[in-house]
Amino acid sequence: MVRIVKEATLMIRDALLIAKKDVRVEISSRVIFGQVLPFSLLILILFGLAISSDLIVTGDAKRTVLEQVSPGLFWLAIVFSSLFAVNRSFKIESDNGNLDALRMAGIDPAAIFLGKALAISLLIFILDLFVGALAVVIFNASIIDFSILGVTVFAATISISMSGTLYAGITAGSRSKDTLMPLLLLPTMAPMLLIATRSTEAALFSEDQTGWGWPMLLSVLAFLYTGIGMLSFGALMEES
Amino acid sequence: MAQASEDNLNSTDAIINLQDAIALIDNYPALSGMNFRLEQGETVHIKGPNGAGKTTLLSLMAGLLPLHSGQGQVLDNDLSDLGDRRRIRRLTGLLSHESSLYDELTVFGNLKFWCSANKVEHEIIDPIMDRLGLSGRLRNLKVSSLSAGQRRRTSLAVIVCRRPRLWLLDEPYSGLDEAGQNLVDAFVQTAVTFGASVVFASHDSDRAKKLASRTVEMQGGRLKTQKLDSGSHKTRDYIPIESGEPLPDGTHSKGGNAND
Repeated sequence: MVRIVKEATLMIRDALLIAKKDVRVEISSRVIFGQVLPFSLLILILFGLAISSDLIVTGDAKRTVLEQVSPGLFWLAIVFSSLFAVNRSFKIESDNGNLDALRMAGIDPAAIFLGKALAISLLIFILDLFVGALAVVIFNASIIDFSILGVTVFAATISISMSGTLYAGITAGSRSKDTLMPLLLLPTMAPMLLIATRSTEAALFSEDQTGWGWPMLLSVLAFLYTGIGMLSFGALMEES
Repeated sequence: MAQASEDNLNSTDAIINLQDAIALIDNYPALSGMNFRLEQGETVHIKGPNGAGKTTLLSLMAGLLPLHSGQGQVLDNDLSDLGDRRRIRRLTGLLSHESSLYDELTVFGNLKFWCSANKVEHEIIDPIMDRLGLSGRLRNLKVSSLSAGQRRRTSLAVIVCRRPRLWLLDEPYSGLDEAGQNLVDAFVQTAVTFGASVVFASHDSDRAKKLASRTVEMQGGRLKTQKLDSGSHKTRDYIPIESGEPLPDGTHSKGGNAND
């Protein structure tokens, strides 16, 4: 029991060490803030331009089409932008052979997975904040339930970063990793995208507190991705 | 014959013992029946033409590559067992072709991170940086701004900080000026003095001959020839980091959990 606690403590310490290093690298390079964030904002603006705001969806509450599809567009922008964040996170490890150096340091692969996923989560949270603020403005969205929205953003961000880290690990050793990773990752993200969209719709449009099913399902998905990633990342690293 | 092989593998003096080792890179046998033995305190120079399998041999001995067939032990750990290979990695320092550094971090930031990752105290960083000519204005310079030689020195500093039992150096002189090459030799000799064992691949045969106690020539993924050289040899047992004994570079061998 003592040994398990000791190993878990060491694993968390190593995960935090890697996460802090990744955040330092991003602060120093400014790739996320200088390139990925403007890219995600641009996607959202282009969605806004492509879809007319004059069309009205008929129903109990009259909403424009743009307002109605805003949750899906928001998560699409986040998913596309997160591909860059995930790719970038593994590029800094593969460029100079650093992944092998981490293996040589004897760091638990689960700690490498968790550390990288934590850093990516933090960066995607920042994207969520900026892209979300812009979405509210250009899609004229109004938030009814902040608690559902908060849980949705948290669980969806964790899901994206965990699954992204896992698939980046799978493709890390491949010569065509830049194109292979999105090809494998996007279909995996489809269920998450669907649930996150429904969940965000519940936060924006549902007034009867019946929307908690979707965020709960999203949380289960985030938990699953985290568990699968931590258990399988070691084997993936040895194979790559 | 089989008994002789078994005895050879179980010999206590052997740090590395490979018998008919085959290792694959993308399903190609980059090592095709390699036999190699390294004793405690030895410094062995591996030479051979490009594609001879030198880098693959070093990666196998570092525990990064699995053994496809044959037998292999490194520091009493079996190369065909994943758990053992992970133990080998912790005891081994590999200076590869690649720098293993983060371009966006400073020289000191890189050393601080790798010391923390390797559970080595940060106090040893400054003396080692001084010794390798990385202090002063270079200390807080991003690695992306360094010359090839300065990067090589920083990569070497990471290995020195780790104080491994087994040093595996792939073209250690690459990109280094005369002074830098002399530093590599000095660090290798110091490590051997303190009981570490060294295997290095180099095309600089003249310099390597002076440093090595033995030269091994490879061709086509296997051993071609080997001969004794005039360089350093076994002097004493390995001093573990935890022992606290003073080292010639002015630092102490005691390590521990470092806080980032």
